[in-house]
Amino acid sequence: MEVKEQLRNVTAPADHLIGGRMPAKPLNKAAIVTRLTLYTLAVLTIYAFFSFDYKELDFMDALLGTFANLKTIFLEPHLKHFSFGHALYQVMVTLGLAFLTTLFGAIIAILFGLLAAENLSSKKTSMVIKSLVAFIRAVPTVLWVLIFAVAAGLGSTAAVIGMTFHSIGYLIKAYSESFEEMDRGVIEALQASGANWWQIVFQAVIPSSITYMISWTFLRFEINFAVAVAMGAAAGAGGIGYDMFMASSFYLDMREIGAITYFILAVAIILEIFAAKIKRKLKTA
Amino acid sequence: MKALLEVNHLTKQFGKDSKALTDVSFSVQEGEFVSIIGPSGAGKSTLLRCINRMIDATGGDIRFQDSQVMNLKKKELKQVRTKIGMIFQHYNLVNRLSVIENTLHGKLGTKSTLAGVLGLYSKEEKQQAVQILNVLGLNEMIYKRADQLSGGQKQRVGIARALIQNPRMLLCDEPIASLDPNSAKVIMDHLKKVSTTMGITVVVNLHQVDVAIKYSDRIIGINKGQVVYNGSAKGLTSEDIQRIYGSEADDLIFDIGGIHAG
Amino acid sequence: MQADIFAKKKRNTLAYLCLLGAVTMLAMVITEYNAVKGIASIPKAVQWGMANFYPTAESLEKLPVILEKMQETLLVSIAATTAAAVFALLFAIFGSNTTRINRFFGAVTRGIATVFRNIDVAAWALILLFSFGQSSLTGYFALFFGSFGFLTRAFTETIDEVSGGSVEALKATGAGYFSIIFQSVIPSSIPQIISWILFMIETNIRSATLIGLLTGSGIGFTFNLYYKSLAYDTASLVVIVIIAAILLIEFASNYVRKVIL
Ligand SMILES: Nc1ncnc2c1ncn2[C@@H]1O[C@H](COP(=O)(O)OP(=O)(O)OP(=O)(O)O)[C@@H](O)[C@H]1O
Ligand SMILES: [Mg+2]
Repeated sequence: MEVKEQLRNVTAPADHLIGGRMPAKPLNKAAIVTRLTLYTLAVLTIYAFFSFDYKELDFMDALLGTFANLKTIFLEPHLKHFSFGHALYQVMVTLGLAFLTTLFGAIIAILFGLLAAENLSSKKTSMVIKSLVAFIRAVPTVLWVLIFAVAAGLGSTAAVIGMTFHSIGYLIKAYSESFEEMDRGVIEALQASGANWWQIVFQAVIPSSITYMISWTFLRFEINFAVAVAMGAAAGAGGIGYDMFMASSFYLDMREIGAITYFILAVAIILEIFAAKIKRKLKTA
Repeated sequence: MKALLEVNHLTKQFGKDSKALTDVSFSVQEGEFVSIIGPSGAGKSTLLRCINRMIDATGGDIRFQDSQVMNLKKKELKQVRTKIGMIFQHYNLVNRLSVIENTLHGKLGTKSTLAGVLGLYSKEEKQQAVQILNVLGLNEMIYKRADQLSGGQKQRVGIARALIQNPRMLLCDEPIASLDPNSAKVIMDHLKKVSTTMGITVVVNLHQVDVAIKYSDRIIGINKGQVVYNGSAKGLTSEDIQRIYGSEADDLIFDIGGIHAG
Repeated sequence: MQADIFAKKKRNTLAYLCLLGAVTMLAMVITEYNAVKGIASIPKAVQWGMANFYPTAESLEKLPVILEKMQETLLVSIAATTAAAVFALLFAIFGSNTTRINRFFGAVTRGIATVFRNIDVAAWALILLFSFGQSSLTGYFALFFGSFGFLTRAFTETIDEVSGGSVEALKATGAGYFSIIFQSVIPSSIPQIISWILFMIETNIRSATLIGLLTGSGIGFTFNLYYKSLAYDTASLVVIVIIAAILLIEFASNYVRKVIL
């Protein structure tokens, strides 16, 4: 009896709606924000095109020129100012920079990642570290490198320290989020048997999150390779990036740029394939 | 005889005005098998967690052996926790580790930080783990990863992890709530065996009144954070059940006579 | 047999640690990284920063110029990202396993995206410098190409993840290709797509600083100008403006994400 009464209450307004106008797409908050975001981006983009400083550049000419240049760069690559062996060695240097920064970043980020995870630390500590991470990540890597270069001199040492800073910020965020996904009950079970914090971290937290951690760390290694190329070009870190900068700004040799680009592309694609392999293996293991 | 566990006037308050436990008192003798029953939200889990201080009670006192649990310092608390095993509804195993490693986790409370961090276990400890796993019928599974086990097998690993602590008492929070009737029976039989053959005291939260009556020496009924029944399993009447589960629980009340007979 | 698993684990861990140590040594040698100098530079940098790297009253006079450059950089980043997103969405739809037209076309689009993704924006900037010189357009196109590659991959994964079941369901009702795309694929992946676009804008502002350094435009160039002329107080003001801009964008995107996801 009561149930029927309730049913009628539910269906009554629905009848009313169908009788009136019923929009196919209800406008809720999410839909409004979605549209607003898209409109805002569109308006800003159009405004940007009008406000660009074209410096009396003939846009069509430049665009056609670019296609001609891209053809030269990618179809007629050569090495003139250094040998194939030298290029290979410089690629190794860049990989070395990426490796060191990823390793240092990972070691430091594990410790702070544990402190930043709300379930393993206090709310206050976690918030302090997370704010610090947001700050570190907001400063572009190249600026970290240049700031450290004042103290350590321009070169690989400043580059490693500066790049490590950014890696730490990135990995703390990634690690702490994987730690926070950890099942609360497992931690409780070990607490209930009298285990202490370090034991729980090493026996439960890290074994449970290790696959995510490895994936994230390798992803950062991929990013750091690209960053190391850029730092070679922009902040005197050496490696293949520096050669590219020289080819572009000093020798003005497009064809050499093409050759170097192929080198970078090859390494990056190998790393990507490797990352995909690791991911697949971890998923099944 | 002195009771192993004594709970006096225990209260627990979450936030400002939600009282989960009000003036709960009871005691548990050495070797007893006690079930705690009550509707969802009555405070069963809260009570169990207050006993080994997974959460801190608001008032009252708890005595386990000769320790006043509520006053213990961090180190002494760990000491007491090693004497109390805990078993969970969702097993709470580290999925990526093997069965034997999960079992040995019960030993962490007695280890130095470094040995625990590196996972260094003595030969005797490993042998003990294997022996316990054998008793629980898991001899084939010792080196399997925990996430490859069925629910019933996982719960047996949970029991193994508690038993390797050499506990005086086991606290079990709905150990069979996620299991099918057959696995549930296996688990309850193991718990009963642990209690009778090893003399370990067992306190278990249950949702199945029939199971509680069948296995326990004593039943404690809780409703809205208060003890409303505390007596032998045999003595539980349908009026008592109605008091524990509330008056809407008429359908719940089955043929009590049948169960007592069985 | 019994202790095997533990011994094996120990051996594996040890082997990995040795390997890691060896590679680290090798990397230190070829990059000529000086560990002692590196660690010593941190307190030195902090000390130097405390003494020199903060804005002074004079540097505040430069604030309007800096803000103008920051605005330019912001606009370049946004414009490059949205334009790249449009192309990326097309490529993602043709490249995704659930929505591709045929296998061959799918492989080609994915291949193109892979090439673009793996050439870093800094490399693009150096390549494009030849045609566009020191103008905003160099940075714009460098960001455009880099974002295009990244977003194509992100969108492809989103489409694969989100729309498998619903595409099948609409196919079963006999819906055509374009109605499936517009009624099912895009509506169900739009929150993720917006989330990725916002992420890309944040990243691009940081990259824009780097590109500005390389190509002499935008906020990166401004920083370099003051940094090279040792006007560290003004350079620090530039850094603060960059941080503020990025945190602002991050705050806005976090809000949008919270509402739409
Ligand atoms: N961490 C907490 N914060 C606030 N309130 C809580 C918390 N834990 C439990 N409660 C409240 O305390 C009361 C008792 O909860 P408890 O989990 O002990 O019930 P239960 O008897 O175990 O129920 P169930 O049978 O569903 O497991 C409930 O009203 C619950 O909402
Ligand atoms: Mg409960």
